Amino acid sequence: MGILDFLKRKPEATAGVAKERLRIIVAQERSTRGAPDYLPLLRNELLEVIRKYVNVDVDAVNISLDRDSGHEVLELSVALPEHKPG
Amino acid sequence: MAEIIVVTSGKGGVGKTTSSASLATGLAQAGKKVAVIDFDVGLRNLDLIMGCERRVVYDFINVVQGEASLKQALIKDKRYDNLYVLAASQTRDKDALTQEGVEKVLDGLGADGFDYVVCDSPAGIEKGAHLAMYFADHAVVVVNPEVSSVRDSDRILGLLASKTRRAERGEGPITQHLLLTRYNPTRVEAGEMLSVKDVEEILGIKVVGVIPESENVLASSNAGVPVILDENSFAGQAYTDVVSRLLGQERPLRFIEVQKKGFLKRVFGG
Repeated sequence: MGILDFLKRKPEATAGVAKERLRIIVAQERSTRGAPDYLPLLRNELLEVIRKYVNVDVDAVNISLDRDSGHEVLELSVALPEHKPG
Repeated sequence: MAEIIVVTSGKGGVGKTTSSASLATGLAQAGKKVAVIDFDVGLRNLDLIMGCERRVVYDFINVVQGEASLKQALIKDKRYDNLYVLAASQTRDKDALTQEGVEKVLDGLGADGFDYVVCDSPAGIEKGAHLAMYFADHAVVVVNPEVSSVRDSDRILGLLASKTRRAERGEGPITQHLLLTRYNPTRVEAGEMLSVKDVEEILGIKVVGVIPESENVLASSNAGVPVILDENSFAGQAYTDVVSRLLGQERPLRFIEVQKKGFLKRVFGG
């Protein structure tokens, strides 16, 4: 970096990063809002059980609770790692 | 019955007390009888922003506990005689505030013919904040264009939708208004700050106003004069617009574009 670049240096345009991060975390927090307290614990225990058999990432287990005309649906999804041949 | 407006945010330091003082003053300017209550027990500050700190004799807790009447504790504003301040207690702990006590005070204000009660919430989501929002009909959620403030305000919007008397009784939802403060159009244009549109998109709710970052806000709090009374300041004018919108009038958003300075301003400043 030349001296001129240093002098001209301005704060980076980071608003886009902020927006993207907020979009994700707000959506995630809304999906668990009002959900029972045991959900995070349930998620961790499930993760441990699954890991006995498959080596999955921490983010691989996703739990969401949906309310649908009077009944609640607990949705659990596990993203398995890509199967490497041989 | 008085209309109850809570000014809340979750995060501290975003401008709740500044906004409470200016909105209450603006409603009084519009001819309404208004009381503004400081719910921040132990950290009284609204009195300073309203400029009545030396006239506090009795406070909110004194009224809740029956040690003073509402009439004794309400401090009449020096500028508008239809505007009153109820200070928070500096000495008691926050457990002194109860739901029944708050209800009694709000009912008393309604019976005294108040049109609006503005509840200045403490930061956080604990008891004081909960009580400030519990009886509200309208909420003004103050947010800064900054990640932690936006996230916290989403949390507050969730609480407003579920943890209020209106929600519990199924009386129709509280009206939620988003107030974006400390907005800097120059930094937004440079891509350094979240824009009005960004914040609206993330939270899924329109703003009721945008208050530009302004030196006048500090000057006003230094002087104990709500910034809405500084008619030359952009922040003051923006608050006046917000009050009009709360009263159901249409006002276009101002001060959200970068100001192009004219020649004279560039030479002489201002």
